[in-house]
Formats: sequence, C-alpha cells, structure tokens
Amino acid sequence: MSTTVIELTDMRKTYRTGDVEVHAVNGVSLRIERGEFVAIMGSSGSGKSTLMNMLGCLDQPTAGSYLLDGVNVAKLGRADLSRLRNQKLGFVFQSFNLLSRTTACENVELPLFYTNPHVPLRERRQRAINALEKVGLGTRLYNHPNQLSGGQQQRVAIARALVNNPELLLADEPTGNLDTRTSIEVMGLFQALNDTGITVVMVTHELDIAAYCKRTIVMRDGKIIRDEPNTTRTFASDQRAALDASEQHADLA
Amino acid sequence: MLHTLTSPLLRAGLTAMIAFRALRRNKLRSTLTALGIIIGVASVVAIMAVGRGTQRRIQDQVSSLGSNLLIVFSKSRRTNAAAAGNAESSNLTLEDVEAIRREVRSVQAASPEVTLSAQAVAAGRNWSTTIAGESPGYLRIRDWPLARGSMFTEREVRSAARVAVIGSRTARELFGPLNPVGQTVRIKNMPFTIIGELESKGAGMGGANQDDRIVIPYTTAMRRLTGDKYPRLVTLQISSDGLMSAAQEQVTALLRQRHRLADGRKNDFDIVNQKEIADTVNSITTMLTYLLGGIAGLSLLVGGIGIMNIMLVSVTERTREIGTRIAVGAQPRDILLQFLIESITLSLLGGAIGVALGYGISAAASMIPDFHPSVSIGSVVVAFGISFIVGVFFGFYPARKAANMNPIAALRFE
Ligand SMILES: Nc1ncnc2c1ncn2[C@@H]1O[C@H](COP(=O)(O)OP(=O)(O)O)[C@@H](O)[C@H]1O
Ligand SMILES: [Mg+2]
Repeated sequence: MSTTVIELTDMRKTYRTGDVEVHAVNGVSLRIERGEFVAIMGSSGSGKSTLMNMLGCLDQPTAGSYLLDGVNVAKLGRADLSRLRNQKLGFVFQSFNLLSRTTACENVELPLFYTNPHVPLRERRQRAINALEKVGLGTRLYNHPNQLSGGQQQRVAIARALVNNPELLLADEPTGNLDTRTSIEVMGLFQALNDTGITVVMVTHELDIAAYCKRTIVMRDGKIIRDEPNTTRTFASDQRAALDASEQHADLA
Repeated sequence: MLHTLTSPLLRAGLTAMIAFRALRRNKLRSTLTALGIIIGVASVVAIMAVGRGTQRRIQDQVSSLGSNLLIVFSKSRRTNAAAAGNAESSNLTLEDVEAIRREVRSVQAASPEVTLSAQAVAAGRNWSTTIAGESPGYLRIRDWPLARGSMFTEREVRSAARVAVIGSRTARELFGPLNPVGQTVRIKNMPFTIIGELESKGAGMGGANQDDRIVIPYTTAMRRLTGDKYPRLVTLQISSDGLMSAAQEQVTALLRQRHRLADGRKNDFDIVNQKEIADTVNSITTMLTYLLGGIAGLSLLVGGIGIMNIMLVSVTERTREIGTRIAVGAQPRDILLQFLIESITLSLLGGAIGVALGYGISAAASMIPDFHPSVSIGSVVVAFGISFIVGVFFGFYPARKAANMNPIAALRFE
C-alpha cells in the first residue's frame, strides 16, 4: 500500500441555484501523504468547506477523481461511504456537534455503534475511555456536554473522531468557537496526535492557527493558489508558556 | 461470515437502545404523545368487553325463556269480543291451539298467552304488576320451577278458576316475608287464591323483571279480566332442537289451512323461532359492538397523527444529531430504524397502558349488578396489533425524512 492518503485529480463541485452556477471547488488537484498536517486557508466562500466535505465523503464531487487510501471514492455507494467514514475518517467540527444530555463517554462511543463487525458493549466502553484519556479527559468520562467548557467539549469531539483509529482526521475550523488558551490546547492535541502518525487536515482562516501545521494550502474561488510547507512552525508547548508568562505579567501589573 | 449474519440484528438492537434512551429523556412528551393511543386502545378494549358481556347476558336471557320454543303471534289487533262476530276475522283461536297440539307431533306443550297490567291488592297493599294468562304447561316451557305450592291444572283452566301462581318479586311486594301460598290477592276487584310461588329468575329480555308477575289460567284471564276471545300469542315447545324447523313448517301449514288462506296470500300470523330471536339480537349487539369499537378505533388514527406530529418535531429538533450520526458512519437504514423504533415504542407503550386502562374500565363496569363485561384476548391482540401498525405507519414518514437528510445541511442546521 502506498503512503498517499489523499489523491485528488481535477476535483470539481458545482452548485446550481436557479440559473446561477457556483463553482465552489473549481479544479483541485492535491496529494497528501500519511503523517502530514495540512492547513487549508482562504477567505470566506473560497470553497474550503466544500472541499473538506468531499474529502470527508459527505459529498460527492461533480467531476474529478478522489482516491482515499487508494480507493476510488467516486465509485462508491452510500453504504460504502458510510463504512469509509466510520472506519477511516474522524471528523471535528467548529461547533463540536456533541449529543446533548449524553455523557462524554457515550458521545465518544457513538461511531462504534455503527461499526461493522459489531463492537461488544464492554469493548466500546473501554475504547471510549482510552480515547478520552488520550485527549486528557480521563476524569470527565460521565459529564454531559453542558457540564464541560468549550475546549473540553472540543476534546470530547476529538476523542470521538479518534475512537475508531482513523487514517485521517478532518477538522473544519476546529478552533473557530474557542478562545486563545483553549485554541492552543486543541492545536497541541492535534500536534501530539500527528506526532503519533495520524494524518490531519484542517480548515482555518487564522494564520497563527495555520502555523501549527506542517503545510499550508491557500484557496481562492475554488482553486488552490498556494501550497507550501511551513518553514517556521508554532508549537503549542511554547505558546502555552508564553501565554502563562504574559498572564503572570498582567497579574503583577 | 458469522459477523455478516448477526450484525443486522445487533445493529437493530443497538438502534433500539438509542431510541429508548431518546424516549426516556422526554418522559412527559412521550406520555402526552401516547395519550391518543392510550385512549383509543382503552376504549376499544372496554367497548369490546362491554359488548361481549352484553351479548352473554342476552344469551342467558334468551335461554332463560326456555328451550326449543316457537312463538305464534296473532296479526290481528282485534282480540276482543266485539270482533268475534266478524266472519273475516283471522284470529288465532283456542281451537287452533288445540289443533296444533293434536296434529303436530313434535309439539310437546302449548300455552296460549294473554297478558295485561293490573293492580294487585292484598293485605291492604297495592302493587301494579303484569297478569299473565297461561296454560299449565307454561312452567315446563319456561323451565321455571316453583319455590312452593303448585301450578294450576287443566281442570282449573277449563273452569276458569280464580287461582294464581305468584312471582317472587310480586310476592315480596304484597306479602313481605310471609308465605303467600293460601293467601288471597284481588285483581280488578276479583279475589284469586294463591296456590304457588315461582322461583326467582331475575331480569328478563329488555330488562323487565320476570319475577314481577302473577300467572293465572288463560281462560280466567280472557273471560274474567280482559274479555278477549282470542289469545295474542301461543308458545309452543318442540320436543327437540332438530325438529324446530320442521315443526315451524307444519304449524304454518296447519294454520294456513285452518284460516283458509289461498296460495299466494300472506300469513295472518307470525311465527318466530326462539333461536332466530337469539340470533337476531346477537347479530345486532355484535354489529353495535363492532361499530362502537370501530369509532373508538378512529381515535387510534388520531393518536397516530399525534405520533407523526411529535416525530416530525423530534426529527427537526435533532437534525444536527442526525447529521452527526451520519458523519460518524450511520447508514440511512440505521437512522430510519432508530426513528421507526421510537414511534413504534411510543405507540406500543400507549397500547399497553391502554389495555391496562381498558381492563380497569371493564372491571369497574362489572360492579354494576347482572353485568359482566369480559375482556377478550382477541381484542387485546387486535388493539396491540393496530397500535403497532399505527406506529409503523405514522412513524415511517418522519423516519424516512430523517434517513434521507443531507448530512452537510444537517450538520450546519441552526
Ligand atoms: N449547498 C450549497 N448550495 C449552493 N451554493 C453553495 C452550497 N454550499 C456552498 N455553496 C457556495 O459555494 C461557495 C463555497 O462555499 P464554502 O465551501 O462553504 O466556502 P468556505 O468554507 O471557504 O467559506 C460559496 O460561494 C457558497 O455560497
Ligand atoms: Mg466554511
């Protein structure tokens, strides 16, 4: 098996509203290898989310081909796409999308409900606990989302994305609803996960968030206008230390 | 291989669990939604129970009339003396009764009957009751034993004697706890000697108390009380069930011949078969029961619409949840099943509570004396079956709506 996780060739998505055609993604060719950490940037309406949805097999391209882990996604039916999402992909959303009135643990177990072959109850619970421990929420297993902070909720969502050991983690503006400190926390988590070999692709429109990644792709009008490795990378541990220092400074003043 | 076989069932089980949880989270709403089904099922079960009880009661009453009876009614209204001279008169005569008794072998007993309402006076007490002029065979025909004393005889019939057999209720009203046998009762100012008392029989058809009556020889009733020349009806007892229709034909032929009815002319009498009465009454109550049950069933439909409504609300409310589930790998059929199981659970839950309530209602109704509603397993099964179908039928549209959701739009839903 190759080490290429994503291979897009001239991918397009055209929305038609009445007589108006919107080329949300207008010919994107892209290759992402295993272990990469990619930021997709671009102004609002540039087609980032549309591209992510297609990468996440939630939407099919109008034209072009998409090989995910060597599998031609365009040829798959709904059931196969569901299976692919369940076993190869993990999603992290801007607005967390946790089930309310459901414990963190049950939220994390959710993908395992739909895993085929069937995962026994005990194993589901154990894997959910492991995933929550990995994101540092081992002590909040049975809290409901409304008892957790935004950063903690996003970490539950990341645990949910991790629980089925995906090939690829897709995050659409994962820090969009978070403050600076929790953004650092979440980005640190992505970096740590990426260090263990998981491929991460995330959308952001903030430069300082993109700086945590290893590669930055910039889109405009549905096309990639820039694609280059990050030469100077930000590390969450440094940022946290800097933030602590400045807060201490503020306290003293 | 094993996995692919067991997996759909397991998935269904897991999905059911998800559905139950969702319902448990919304207890009040779930209960209110199920209310339509609860009321519908409860009324179906209770109505069917009451119908069955009524039917059983009617059957008891019909059989309390006696067994294997043919009743011949005179069609002519003019049974009084004034009409006697009329040559065209086609009344049922006592000679007709004699002829039937003589010529139709299977007739075991025949009792002409004349009834009237009158005041009975005894020991200074006054009681309005039914006076029934009958023949001595009456008690056998009605399968009605005497509590004490004896029945009047053929001789007393022939002499139009002023003797009476008293019903238990009438006896109680007139004599209290005293033994009425040997006492005198005055009917239309005429003294009658009470020679027997009937055993209690309870309410009869139409609810009239059969025990409130005084039985006297029909001759006495006709000659001394009403002045009628002809009996209004004659009750015939046939020796066996199998001979009923043959006897009915024979009696009809005999009466037609005696009344000189040319072919093609209608009978001037009516002849009914006890079984026919029972069957008619039975089919009427059955029809009424099903009609009322059906109307109650309509409320199940209303209940179903309630379920559909709340399921649609639920699907909309949980749009993001649905989007999330699809994103993490739920297939459309998982989502479909989840919401379908929710609606079926709602309606079956309503069905179960409804059955319990129906039982309760019929138990409460059975406190009414002489009334024994009985819940049939059949009606419970049907009520459950219908609530299941309601759950599937009215749950399907919302469930399909959920299953067909576009995950991208669903995830963005505000
Ligand atoms: N479902 C849709 N129907 C029609 N147009 C859409 C739809 N989704 C996105 N678009 C359009 O496609 C373009 C790209 O949108 P999107 O991918 O959401 O941009 P971004 O995430 O970069 O802000 C926009 O012009 C948007 O209006
Ligand atoms: Mg977007």
